[in-house]
Amino acid sequence: MAERPRARGAAVKSEAVAGFDDVTYEEKRKLFEEVRSDLRFPDYLYGCYECGICVAVCPSARFYDFSPRRIAQAAARQDVELIYQQMQEDIWECSQCFSCLRCPRGNNPGGIVTIMREVAVNHGLASAKEALEGYSRIIYKIMSTGTQVSPDMLQPDAFPDWGPEVADVSNQLALWRRALPPETLHTTSTGWDVSDRTLIELYLIWLETGALDMIRDVDEGLHMILEEVMEERLEEEGIER
Amino acid sequence: MPIPVEVMLKKKERFERDPDTIPADFHDELFRLEAEGELIVQRIPDGQPVVEVPTKYGRPKRVPKGHLWHHKSCGQCGHIPGYSTSIFWVMRKLGYDYEDPRDQTSCTAWNYYASATSNEAAQAAVALRNFATAYESGYFPLIHCGTSYGHYKEVRSELLRHPELRAQVRRVMDKLGKPMVLPEEIVHYSEWFYALRHEIAARQVRDFSGIAVTVHPACHYYKLVEGDAIYDPDVYGGQRTAVVTALAEALGAEVRTYSTWFDCCGFGFRHILVQRDFTRSFATIRKIEVMKEEADPDVVLTHDTGCVTTLDKSQFAAQAHGRNVGVAVMSEAQFAALAMGAHPYKVCQLHWHSADYRPLLEKMGIDWEKAWVEFETDVAKLERGEKEFLSWEDVDG
Ligand code: SF4
Ligand code: SF4
Repeated sequence: MAERPRARGAAVKSEAVAGFDDVTYEEKRKLFEEVRSDLRFPDYLYGCYECGICVAVCPSARFYDFSPRRIAQAAARQDVELIYQQMQEDIWECSQCFSCLRCPRGNNPGGIVTIMREVAVNHGLASAKEALEGYSRIIYKIMSTGTQVSPDMLQPDAFPDWGPEVADVSNQLALWRRALPPETLHTTSTGWDVSDRTLIELYLIWLETGALDMIRDVDEGLHMILEEVMEERLEEEGIER
Repeated sequence: MPIPVEVMLKKKERFERDPDTIPADFHDELFRLEAEGELIVQRIPDGQPVVEVPTKYGRPKRVPKGHLWHHKSCGQCGHIPGYSTSIFWVMRKLGYDYEDPRDQTSCTAWNYYASATSNEAAQAAVALRNFATAYESGYFPLIHCGTSYGHYKEVRSELLRHPELRAQVRRVMDKLGKPMVLPEEIVHYSEWFYALRHEIAARQVRDFSGIAVTVHPACHYYKLVEGDAIYDPDVYGGQRTAVVTALAEALGAEVRTYSTWFDCCGFGFRHILVQRDFTRSFATIRKIEVMKEEADPDVVLTHDTGCVTTLDKSQFAAQAHGRNVGVAVMSEAQFAALAMGAHPYKVCQLHWHSADYRPLLEKMGIDWEKAWVEFETDVAKLERGEKEFLSWEDVDG
């Protein structure tokens, strides 16, 4: 097979499954079974022609040593070792753009990645911890306020590469928000004004579906804070779970 | 490059509606479940004017003109507020009523695709809570974000296919005291702009005939659950989605094509936040530079939160490296609002954008220096406490 051209000096992943010897085959198999038993999995994989169309359209394949074809093939072959390696080394490189849905076989490699990520988070894999480092503020925001992107995130030290406009916005934030004609947009710490009742409903969703508990293993501190925020609020409302 | 429709239609990999491979219409299952009492289907309210638009596999899609429940986008409202404001402004100008709800949450899909710290039951429950809230209000949902739209289509597919997921979500909805509701169509705001493009063009006050445009179609709009997306045989010969392009053409702008139109913008969900070297490189090398080289546009138009953010914000650093970048980026909603005479700062809020939009405004015949003074004058009134907020009346003053 011809080698794929890659950027000079870029780290290259070995074709052979290396490392992770400290993790037992049984453990790896258990994680694979979790991926496979996700109810979306049969809709995302129908076998693979190895045609590489998904690679040609994949943005992450252009800049990383990443391949949606390898993801689909490992899943199709049920290669437990390789899938584990991908969960530790590959999955966070995917852009989740779903260009790979162009697959002539009807596969959804990006969707398989979504499931693999969920399992990686659920089990607190090192790759998930690393990927979510520096990200916890965003999880806190979305889970606790109901909007992910808030105006006050626009801080020049967080986005130095976005140009001087970020500092202008940040300096004038409260004033410029009040200049917005839609009444729901006068907020600075949330995207829009979310009602209290709505937040409580959202908390119930996170708690009832186990979504909050998913982050326990990857970020214990964040999990604790969020759990406290939510339970306190529900208690105030007299809502029993 | 003008749009080479003839060439596109001769391509080996051209899209054809093959009757053997047309996916099943989701409505069959949706209405079956409704008949069995499993869920409620929210219909477009009786008496509301509707436009029928064509979709990828030929199924007509009904888009209501008014009485819409605006499912806002956190990325638009938070970082590009002129995007949402322009959607509202255009709708007000055309005289259609709407609800801008406070009992809406984000679809939370940006976080889901970035961090996977959620699961399908939670994602479906978030979607259905929003849909139930729209249903209870009597207004029909209109989705502002391309990712919300894509994700909600996925959620709908999963719910229709998997009874165990429905059962799980139903337990949660029961706890919330809300019904299980799906709308008869999931409608993206860019579909509303497509459907209303002639009404918008009829209210046009600025001449766009000298404006060259490139369009970035948003991945989650047309790649995820593709059958819902608008494809019009009269636009790109039906080979690409017609939204954005059809509107720009109706406004008299010249839409030019470029070779990497199918590529994503480089947003990456997590990359834009914590791995921006990837996002910046992809957005500039695979999109902006290619557009500049092949089409030399005055403005890049797109129809999703992430795409506007990525294509706009990624240019600053690349410019510092002397790359061939430097082109205005905005949503087609802002573009349409400008065509209809909207204020570039009070309505379109272009001061929140990074890439230089001033040459574009000049080409549109807008005196941006004067407009900026007008905005600052209004802001000074807020600062002096003469007013608490600017109203819709203020921004048209
Ligand atoms: S979803 Fe992931 S694997 Fe698929 S094309 Fe996009 S980046 Fe590549
Ligand atoms: S496009 Fe589909 S069939 Fe072809 S290599 Fe990728 S997953 Fe396999």
